Amino acid sequence: MLFRQPSELVNPLAFFTLVGSLFPLALGTQPDFLRASAPGLLWVSALLAVLLSLEGLFRSDFDDGSLEQWIVSPNSLAILSLAKVSANWICTGLSLVVLAPVLALMLGLPGYCLPALMLSLLLGTPILSLIGAIGAALTVGLRRGGVLLALLILPLYVPVLILGCGAVEASLQGLPITAHILWLACLTVLAITLTPFAIGASLSISVTE
Amino acid sequence: MNWVWLHKWGSPKWFYALSGRYLPWLTITSVVLLTVGIVWGLFFAPPDYQQGNSFRIIYIHVPAAILAQSIYVMLAVAGAVGLIWKIKLADIALRQAAPIGVWMTVIALMTGSIWGKPTWGAYWVWDARLTSMLILLFLYLGVIALGQAITNRDNSARACAVLSLVGVVNIPIIKYSVEWWNTLHQSASFSFTQKPAMPTQMWFPLLLTVIGFYCYFGAMLFMRMRLEVLQRENGSQWSTTEIDRLIGEHK
Amino acid sequence: MLELHSQKKSSLGSSPILEAVDLSCVRNNRQLFKSLSFKLRAGDMLHIRGHNGSGKSSLLRLLNGLNQPTSGHVLLLGRPLADLRNTLASRMIWIGHTPGIKATLTARENLEWLQSLHNRSASSEIPLALEKVGLRDFEDTPCHALSAGQQRRVALARLYLSNPASLWVLDEPFTCLDAEAIWQLEAHLETHCRNGGLVVLTTHHELNTRPHAYSGLDLRQYAS
Repeated sequence: MLFRQPSELVNPLAFFTLVGSLFPLALGTQPDFLRASAPGLLWVSALLAVLLSLEGLFRSDFDDGSLEQWIVSPNSLAILSLAKVSANWICTGLSLVVLAPVLALMLGLPGYCLPALMLSLLLGTPILSLIGAIGAALTVGLRRGGVLLALLILPLYVPVLILGCGAVEASLQGLPITAHILWLACLTVLAITLTPFAIGASLSISVTE
Repeated sequence: MNWVWLHKWGSPKWFYALSGRYLPWLTITSVVLLTVGIVWGLFFAPPDYQQGNSFRIIYIHVPAAILAQSIYVMLAVAGAVGLIWKIKLADIALRQAAPIGVWMTVIALMTGSIWGKPTWGAYWVWDARLTSMLILLFLYLGVIALGQAITNRDNSARACAVLSLVGVVNIPIIKYSVEWWNTLHQSASFSFTQKPAMPTQMWFPLLLTVIGFYCYFGAMLFMRMRLEVLQRENGSQWSTTEIDRLIGEHK
Repeated sequence: MLELHSQKKSSLGSSPILEAVDLSCVRNNRQLFKSLSFKLRAGDMLHIRGHNGSGKSSLLRLLNGLNQPTSGHVLLLGRPLADLRNTLASRMIWIGHTPGIKATLTARENLEWLQSLHNRSASSEIPLALEKVGLRDFEDTPCHALSAGQQRRVALARLYLSNPASLWVLDEPFTCLDAEAIWQLEAHLETHCRNGGLVVLTTHHELNTRPHAYSGLDLRQYAS
């Protein structure tokens, strides 16, 4: 899986930063208030950025017939889609993890929260990418799949959002974050094992005429 | 194992004949149960010692909420049956049950918020159970929207099946995470397994309305499915005869 | 069941590789074809004809397992296709209307990727194959800079790589090609059949160079 379009890579990151910096403009710049809402703001922006990066995940493969070649190849669709999603996650999810501290400091999140933020994003964004890929695979054959994609997968993002924000908030209040992180890790493992099959099945449905 | 019955129900013509035989019974049972349950619940059950008479909305709220969740599970089961055994009828069931599920969820949400006004003093509080219901509503809307967006009928059925299976795996996770997020909620008021805390006078009518709602759902589902079966089989001998007969009846 | 005349000509002793049994296909409530049966043996070429929308591509997609027939079944080596997905995958080259060429990759990278996707290694032969389809100087050009005909040639270069795939399923392979390339491809398909390969293709174009066991199939005969 090769990525040769830098714009597709940078767009979600720019989006993440942009959404993150829109919130202070909308909510005002009182430091206390911003700090208290920073975990939620960061997680919602990350979630939307992942969603944005997924919309075109399988689009070009669908349009140029690559998906047909995937299906008639001897390799299992689940493995191929896991590889594709991993490549996408390394380009977006992982860079979100790296970029998040910068935005966090801009929102006034204290430094001791950064490990919790990065760890929760590191464990949470793969789940977002994997679940989102199911939606992307189901909607790839549709001309206007973007809004539908959001409707399909945002409800499924709720647990990750709750756990991720919970972890950062707990660390902001000086509480232990082990429970949140362990639950997130649990969901990550579950997502990596189960979702590739759902993505594969969805892709073969979309390619069938 | 004897799968003959499954395949018989899987054939549209058989389904049409059999469901036609069960439909009146289901309808009658649901009407009787709902009337008895609601009249009993609204007029004869004793008022709650804390909430007074406002608690009586549970005779609609709780059955709708229980049904809304079971219908989603049913969607997933129908989806699995459709994907594995390729039974077209399962696709029809999925497609026709989803809108009923939406309505049940909407009823549960609305009665919940009406109930919330006297109890909590606000129409909407971010209570864990209400929030889960809201997310369930979005899950239903997603299935319906996906089904309508894909024009190819077989593909749309399979896509909805996959989505509802993914959703059903997620529902417990969503439920637990939302409850964890907000532990400020009332504990479950009704369950089949545990002995309820309510007096018999209160929960027996509730049981009646719950079963009544299920029968109502069965009747509605059968009616909707029969209509779609007729539509899909349009052109085959038996459906043409049936349509002619129906038109004749209404003249 | 209508037998194709090719069978009399082709090697009668060998068992059929690909077999269609009473296939029918309904698309969007429209019957495209029904009661379609044929047997294909090594060395056969099946040319599927029919007007636009008659279900030529749909038939190919039933043969390569991308779609499921409404009724009837496809047999590979005498067994249902669904049981032998891996055998089919290792024996078949499918070049569809959209042949899976990535615009951002170069011609060489595209072939390398497609070969590795199908677990076939032939990277040393790629330059030779590209030369045979007349893309000698375009090996390292990204495919979005190539013309439609040239992109088609990149896909067709897969047929010039030596690999165990003996069953070629081609949807309109001659689209966008110039006269010389068409002539060359026809000859190449003929050679493949002579060497015991099997070709199923759709095209509106009349083939000038036909293999010994050529047979035509007009879908109009099977429309309801």
